[in-house]
Amino acid sequence: MAKIIKVKSLTKKFNGFTAVNDISFGVEKGEIFAFLGPNGAGKSTTIKMLTTLLAPTSGKILVNGADPSQDQDAVRRGFGIVFQDPSLDDDLTAMENMELHAVLYSIPVNTRKKRIEDLLKFVDLSDRSKSLVKTFSGGMKRRLEIARGLLHHPKILFLDEPTIGLDPQTRNHMWTYLKDINKKEGMTVFFTTHYMDEAEKNADRIVIIDHGNIVAEGTPNALKKKTKSASLEEAFLHLTGHEIRNEEAGALDALRQRRHVWGGRH
Amino acid sequence: MEQIYILWKRQVVKYFRSRSRIIGSLGQPLLYLIAFGYGFGGVFARAGQGNYIQFLAPGIVAMSILFTAIFAGIEIIWDRQFGFLKETMVAPVSRFSIMLGRTLGGATVATFQGIVVLILSTFVGFRFTTYYHIPLALLFMFIIALLFTALGTAIASMLEDMQGFQLIMNFLVMPIFFLSGSLYPIQGLPKAMEIATKIDPMTYGIDGLRGVLGGAAQFGTGFDLLVLSVITFVFLLIGSYLFSKIQI
Ligand SMILES: Nc1ncnc2c1ncn2[C@@H]1O[C@H](COP(=O)(O)OP(=O)(O)O)[C@@H](O)[C@H]1O
Ligand SMILES: [Mg+2]
Repeated sequence: MAKIIKVKSLTKKFNGFTAVNDISFGVEKGEIFAFLGPNGAGKSTTIKMLTTLLAPTSGKILVNGADPSQDQDAVRRGFGIVFQDPSLDDDLTAMENMELHAVLYSIPVNTRKKRIEDLLKFVDLSDRSKSLVKTFSGGMKRRLEIARGLLHHPKILFLDEPTIGLDPQTRNHMWTYLKDINKKEGMTVFFTTHYMDEAEKNADRIVIIDHGNIVAEGTPNALKKKTKSASLEEAFLHLTGHEIRNEEAGALDALRQRRHVWGGRH
Repeated sequence: MEQIYILWKRQVVKYFRSRSRIIGSLGQPLLYLIAFGYGFGGVFARAGQGNYIQFLAPGIVAMSILFTAIFAGIEIIWDRQFGFLKETMVAPVSRFSIMLGRTLGGATVATFQGIVVLILSTFVGFRFTTYYHIPLALLFMFIIALLFTALGTAIASMLEDMQGFQLIMNFLVMPIFFLSGSLYPIQGLPKAMEIATKIDPMTYGIDGLRGVLGGAAQFGTGFDLLVLSVITFVFLLIGSYLFSKIQI
């Protein structure tokens, strides 16, 4: 098999703080790949570098044969993404969010409508397509983002903690569908999650990152065997320790608050 | 092209959807028209300057365009914080198209706001002396709107959050407004203030707008248009450069 993502000696520093430290790994074409690690390990930072949002401090990346820091549009055409943080326009309807995406990705006009309808149906939002996204629950927004990420038939789908806030039914439904596209269309899936059972069940291969360094790599079974663990969760704790990490929230919450106080927007 | 259009449309749709915002932002210009218009009208006339409302209305129209346009540009910060900016930044669309679509959308909204204020001003006594010039007035309004949306975009591209917003309002936007001759004639000002006035791009917007709405343009509307166009072009260039440098 050919590698659809190649990462070599990738490093990202923020004002001297090393968030990603000289990591190298690859993802095979058509693979379901889990990128695991505790909070602050450097997962989202790595995904941002793979998806042209952030320039690496050093190192080499190839996504779909193109370099995200050189040939950005070639890379951008090839992937879909569900970000860790919300990325919908709350003041637009579900349909409008989808249409905007369809236009940005130049999906042909004659297939646009059908494709959007099919995907909204898949995420069970057909009857809410004309509702403003700000009236949606967290789970509904997530589902809409997943549908949107698939709209343009990406070769790679990045999912950064996509199942946060989803109930087990939806999560199960989502994975059934993703695995189906993965099989039928050979779409590569690159995902992060804190649910170890989800990774154990769905991932063909796993890379574990901690404090910006890759600490292990292999199939779920290989990782369990290597750490003599009964579950992936146990293996994960064995590899990354029991110490609890703080997630740096705060800034966004504070701003949400302020926007509320300001009011004036709606 | 279609990408520019859809991003333009997004701004416009969002604007018309937020009725309370439209109505809320009409309060201030209306208050200025009434308070300044009636308050200084007598003094202005006694000083031999003519009808103050005729003089003031173009200034207040431009003011509401200025505020709406800067705010439309600054909205990039909201989009950044609330995540939608990422959706556009990973799309296979040139940064320039994204910036242009947004800026044109913001400028359209600001122009519309200016039109509403212009209509409102007729209720407090503003009179059109000629209707031929209305298309020219719209042109001036749109260029003012474009200029300041581009400025807002440029500023917002450099800011991570709204912390600096108050600073920008107090030390950039308010001076742009007050030093532009929107409220008073700019002849015979102290030297330092005259220089500040002539640096302020808004001065030429208001001068031109006043000219085509039947007043006297001190610099000549042709010259005003030229200055505005050049500055708008420069701001668009700076704005799209800074926008293309955004990292998330
Ligand atoms: N823009 C930034 N500026 C400074 N530090 C950052 C920035 N983005 C991420 N970091 C830091 O880099 C580290 C890795 O973050 P991230 O990649 O988001 O972790 P993960 O997604 O694995 O939880 C964290 O310590 C985080 O605080
Ligand atoms: Mg993360």
